[in-house]
Amino acid sequence: MENWRNHRLTFGIFILPPTFWLVVFFTAPLAVVWVYSFGYRGPSGQTYLGFSLDNYVRAFDWLYLGILLKSVWIAIVTTAICIVMGLPLAMGISFAPKRWRNILLLIVILPFWTNLLIRTYAWIAVLRTAGYVNFSLEWAHGNLDAFFTFFGMPELMGTFEPLEILYNQKAVVIGLVYVHLPFMVLPLYTVFEKLDRAYLEASLDLGASQWRTFFSVTVPLVMPGIASGTLLVFILSMGTFLTPDLLGGTDSVMIGNLIAQQFGPARNWPFGSAISFVLMYATFLILWARATFASQKSDLGI
Amino acid sequence: MTTKPFNHLSRFSRRRFLQGTSAAAIAFSLRPFRANAAGQVNVYNWDTYIGETTLDDFSDATGISVQYDLFADNEELFAKLKAGNPGYDVIFPSDYMIESMLSLDMLVPLDFNQIPNVKHVHPNFMDAAFDPGRKHSLAYMWGTMGNGYRKSKVSGAPDTWGIYLDPDMASAHSGKLALLGDQRATLGIALKYLGHSLNSTSASEINAAADLLIAAKKHIKTFAEDNGQDLLLSREVDITMEWNGDIVQVMTEDDDLSYVVPKEGSVVWQDGMAIPKGAPNMENAHAFINYILDPEVNAKITDFIKYATANKDAMPMLPKEDLANPAIYPPESVVANCEAIVDVGDAATIYDEAWTRVQAA
Repeated sequence: MENWRNHRLTFGIFILPPTFWLVVFFTAPLAVVWVYSFGYRGPSGQTYLGFSLDNYVRAFDWLYLGILLKSVWIAIVTTAICIVMGLPLAMGISFAPKRWRNILLLIVILPFWTNLLIRTYAWIAVLRTAGYVNFSLEWAHGNLDAFFTFFGMPELMGTFEPLEILYNQKAVVIGLVYVHLPFMVLPLYTVFEKLDRAYLEASLDLGASQWRTFFSVTVPLVMPGIASGTLLVFILSMGTFLTPDLLGGTDSVMIGNLIAQQFGPARNWPFGSAISFVLMYATFLILWARATFASQKSDLGI
Repeated sequence: MTTKPFNHLSRFSRRRFLQGTSAAAIAFSLRPFRANAAGQVNVYNWDTYIGETTLDDFSDATGISVQYDLFADNEELFAKLKAGNPGYDVIFPSDYMIESMLSLDMLVPLDFNQIPNVKHVHPNFMDAAFDPGRKHSLAYMWGTMGNGYRKSKVSGAPDTWGIYLDPDMASAHSGKLALLGDQRATLGIALKYLGHSLNSTSASEINAAADLLIAAKKHIKTFAEDNGQDLLLSREVDITMEWNGDIVQVMTEDDDLSYVVPKEGSVVWQDGMAIPKGAPNMENAHAFINYILDPEVNAKITDFIKYATANKDAMPMLPKEDLANPAIYPPESVVANCEAIVDVGDAATIYDEAWTRVQAA
């Protein structure tokens, strides 16, 4: 195999644009935010530079830690639902006839063609008291009621009470799962694509049930996909702020909202920067845990 | 849509949202930002806050082309200009934001020789605590915050903040109430209910207001992201705290909706026009502000956006039903109880922490 060391000049030329991009548009702004995080807020919301750890101390106040932990919990629930829904979905797509696969994948990616804000507003129309979910339930309820009345049981169904699905934690999780499901399905699909079906056939031929095959053979083999998807979904839903803003109730504040609040109305960029870095350190911790996990399992190619 | 001083999806017109977004996208893609082209003025305004043809009319009348950008709230405007003016000539900040920008020396004093139409501005708006003597800004539109409500679901107008904050009153409408997710405004009304100024800088007063809100939370459906009018129209809630302009819009769609400013007093806001430091086209900026203050132009804008204008000579040209609508022009006695939100300096951190406590509880 060719080694990049034999083509230093070519390699250098190709590496230049991405390096430039990363330094100018990623590392440099991040460094600015890092420097800000040790500063303090002026009376009119100015950002003064300093060398104080006050912002970090404040970030570890229970008030803010509690919100961070709640965000972790919501992200865990979201990720778990994404795994449960994403696995069969990715498996279904990869086992579908070839001409269908790209169309099915397209359907998974399709929501990205519309702005997230508009999609979230659409969820409001679906979930609210006078929304499509409740319209459908009311319609079903009315028909069942007519059915039972016809058979002489007019009281059986009672009156229809609309479900309160919007403006609470449930709505936030529904919104997050909807937004992040593709990030679970796509890495899983890539792994399923490469999966050697012979293993599954062998398992079935040797007498394992479909369930046993799925949990003892398929799942371990696609673990790399589950890990990548979990990482993507977890990190993205941890930092979200639009979904809890629009779909959440009075207690749905997440760490992302807190950061947005510091850069917005509170005009406290230094504190906002400090919370951003606390979130980032937490993310690094998770990445480090995954790297450790991966090196232990490198024989599986994770 | 309305103004919402401290919120990040402000002035978000439901009806015109899609239209606005696509128009903005097209404008951005077709017209690169040439900051100082001759015969140009770069205007930075709220969404849905200008007449349908105002910009074209201005270009036809003066030969100056308008590069028009939109911001969603004062914080976005501030953040854009904080690190240096990227080329804007005219901006539309709210009261407290004018104050902040002045304290950071971000605004140019206006040259009134170039703005003869200043004589049309109502004298009430020619002085303000946030800009003494109005040397740096001129009033554009103003309004109040209050309760939008569904008449058939409420006995009498909910003219008190107690409808949310008094447990006995709130329990009658439990789950059918919404407050704004705007820290200064929402803590502000709780302060007003407790008899304090909504610009209080006392930690104990602000924390008492936060405790009141925390106790009230079980009856409140959500802290609305400035879409209270939608919650009301879709019957998600029966009473919502909102900016008047938002409620006026939905009142035209549903006769059962109304608006009242609570008797304890509320927020009164006004938006101004100003020229940021570093504006590349100073003369054109003055010409634009002067044009907007022309009574006929101003009346056309006001009639379209349905806010209350600060232009006294534009008012006679407005539809009578708008002038008589207390949701647009509330009685003086109500406005007398109201306060403008001002920058509270270091106390902003107390408000922010109290608000985080309310959200986390």
